[in-house]
Amino acid sequence: MNDMRLTERTVDATDIKISARKVQVFYGTTHAIKDVDVDILDKTVTAFIGPSGCGKSTFLRCINRMNDTIDICRVEGDILLDGEDIYNKKVDPVQLRARVGMVFQKPNPFPKSIYDNVAYGPKIHGLVKNKAELDEVVESALRKAALWNEVKDRLDAPGTGLSGGQQQRLCIARAVATSPEVLLMDEPCSALDPIATAQVEELIDELRENFSVVIVTHSMQQAARVSQRTAFFHLGNLVEFGETGQIFTNPRDPRTESYITGRIG
Amino acid sequence: MTLADMSQHRPSLYTKDARTKARNSAEKRFRIYGVVAVGVGVLALIVLLSSVLGSGLGAFRQTMLSLPVTLDAKLLDPKGNRDPADLAKATTITYGKLLSQALEAAVTEKGLAPEGMKTKEIGALISKEAPAILRNQVLAKPELIGTTIDFEALAGGRIDGFFKGRVTMESAALDSNVSPAQLELAQKMRDAGMIKLALNPAFITNPDASELRPESAGLGVAILGSAYMMIIVLVLALPIGVAASIYLEEFAPQNRFTDLIEVNIANLAAVPSIVFGILGLAVFINFAGMPQSSPLVGGLVLTLMTLPTIIIATRAALKAVPPSIKDAALGVGASKMQTIFHHVLPLALPGILTGTIIGLAQALGETAPLLLIGMVAFVKDYPAAPPEGFLDPAAALPVQVYNFTQRADPAFIERASGAIIVLLVFLLAMNILAVLLRRRFERRW
Ligand SMILES: Nc1ncnc2c1ncn2[C@@H]1O[C@H](COP(=O)(O)OP(=O)(O)OP(=O)(O)O)[C@@H](O)[C@H]1O
Ligand SMILES: [Mg+2]
Repeated sequence: MNDMRLTERTVDATDIKISARKVQVFYGTTHAIKDVDVDILDKTVTAFIGPSGCGKSTFLRCINRMNDTIDICRVEGDILLDGEDIYNKKVDPVQLRARVGMVFQKPNPFPKSIYDNVAYGPKIHGLVKNKAELDEVVESALRKAALWNEVKDRLDAPGTGLSGGQQQRLCIARAVATSPEVLLMDEPCSALDPIATAQVEELIDELRENFSVVIVTHSMQQAARVSQRTAFFHLGNLVEFGETGQIFTNPRDPRTESYITGRIG
Repeated sequence: MTLADMSQHRPSLYTKDARTKARNSAEKRFRIYGVVAVGVGVLALIVLLSSVLGSGLGAFRQTMLSLPVTLDAKLLDPKGNRDPADLAKATTITYGKLLSQALEAAVTEKGLAPEGMKTKEIGALISKEAPAILRNQVLAKPELIGTTIDFEALAGGRIDGFFKGRVTMESAALDSNVSPAQLELAQKMRDAGMIKLALNPAFITNPDASELRPESAGLGVAILGSAYMMIIVLVLALPIGVAASIYLEEFAPQNRFTDLIEVNIANLAAVPSIVFGILGLAVFINFAGMPQSSPLVGGLVLTLMTLPTIIIATRAALKAVPPSIKDAALGVGASKMQTIFHHVLPLALPGILTGTIIGLAQALGETAPLLLIGMVAFVKDYPAAPPEGFLDPAAALPVQVYNFTQRADPAFIERASGAIIVLLVFLLAMNILAVLLRRRFERRW
């Protein structure tokens, strides 16, 4: 936590990519997210931290409308992507998800080849014109996910045959391949060993050049290492949101302080 | 008691305590119950199969008489012009006489002819179907007239039964259709090599035959009819069932109405099949005016019966696809349709195929509804090739079994068992296909 880099690091961009206002989420009668206001900046890594069950995943899934697939889930309030309300009737969630990609907590590669896993997104969105271009996209996505060297000789092998950490990087490659503007990651490293974790963190830092990244994590160190801004959730409320350095070194809310020092969990 | 005390009183792992002993013997008892249950099942299967095979295998072999027949031109073509219209005037009665005389001549030549047996009685060894077969052969090839051919004549049902152990000297003495003298002659002919049991492909290809000619009854029309119905069931039930399941599983909102549909589908699977027959009779034949005993109506009725099976199996297969795969597809921006067709359906395919084939197998063995829509009728003509053939009258394999068992002549019992064997072979083939397809499409990783 005394990492000096934290304070040195600057936030290069300040334009707002996603802005959420008065977001409420209900699962049936359970009120899972209460009145959350968040601004997520472009070309920035934002970390969501908080105790289990506080609604981090729920809020993350609101941003690309994955919650639409849950029948009992109801979302209120406004979430704007580049100033456009993503819950507007005119918005097709499919189109939205092409721009806001997602990596899930549990690696979930398709039961297809490694190549097909990565190629699937570009194919269905018509991002490539021919096989050569597709090959290129697949290679660059796998390189970005730090997986290329491990799988370049067996692109036809099943994606489900990889190790857990490799599978997760494959899922990241799959999400990156469609060049989304925002990448949502729900505890992407919970299944990874420290080496793979370090690789993914490095990757996240690189992705920041092109995307806005939102990452949910239970590891305070990870949040401190990769993010520029951090949001602390507690019991469905957004308790504190600000520069990562400030949250970890000088939290304003006592609940934040208790959590990062290990007293709430 | 302190921990130290407890460890002193702890029994050795080498001796079993009372609880463990009781648990182990309970497990042993349960295993014995299981073995007994499996044993009873296997025994029942063995008894069933051996009884069916024992009485049915005979149908695949048939007693044949081989004899030279001189096709006398004076009898068959009195005008001598080989005009097909004139040739057709020679009826099976003429050919029957020809065969009787040929047989008498043949046995006399070998010195087998019994004292005082009339030509007609000797000729009665030959099936009444044989003259028709010979006649067709001659009409198809008029140049045979005037020559002597080696003809393989079907033996009569009683003679066939004699060599298969169904007919004995004692039973023949009481039987107006056959006499012990005829059986003795048949035995002598067999010893002389004139009669033999040959493979009987006609059992598979021939149409049904009348009550009096069990020896020529076959399953041709029934197999065609069943095949036509299976085609109709497959073409209708698979797409409708899969589409309905996908809609119910992936698209339909959860409300009272869909709950009602769900309950109804589950109930439909339990409706007695004869009810579907009544429905088919009322709707397809009486209301829509489709032809009776046609594979089309049979196929439609069986489709209705098979749909619930396919829907239930397909929905189970769709449900079994892990939701994380759906999330993954939606997460990269696939639409619902793309998610279903690219990811969910391929994973559900083995289950869907198995369900479909089980449904088809059920439909193949179904009898009761077909009785009601007239497929029990005696059909001697093959249905035409599809699609017109779907409207022609036809029989069905299980109904043919039923038909055979309804007839008086014991020779038909053999035919019925033979038909069951054919039905079982088809069912077995379908189940093997289901297993193979499953293997082929099973997720290999
Ligand atoms: N599908 C659902 N149906 C009903 N309630 C749900 C559902 N998903 C989440 N919840 C509830 O919403 C609340 C927030 O859950 P969420 O999964 O967002 O927590 P989280 O912060 O991601 O926790 P974790 O760190 O353990 O992943 C919890 O109380 C949970 O019980
Ligand atoms: Mg979570």
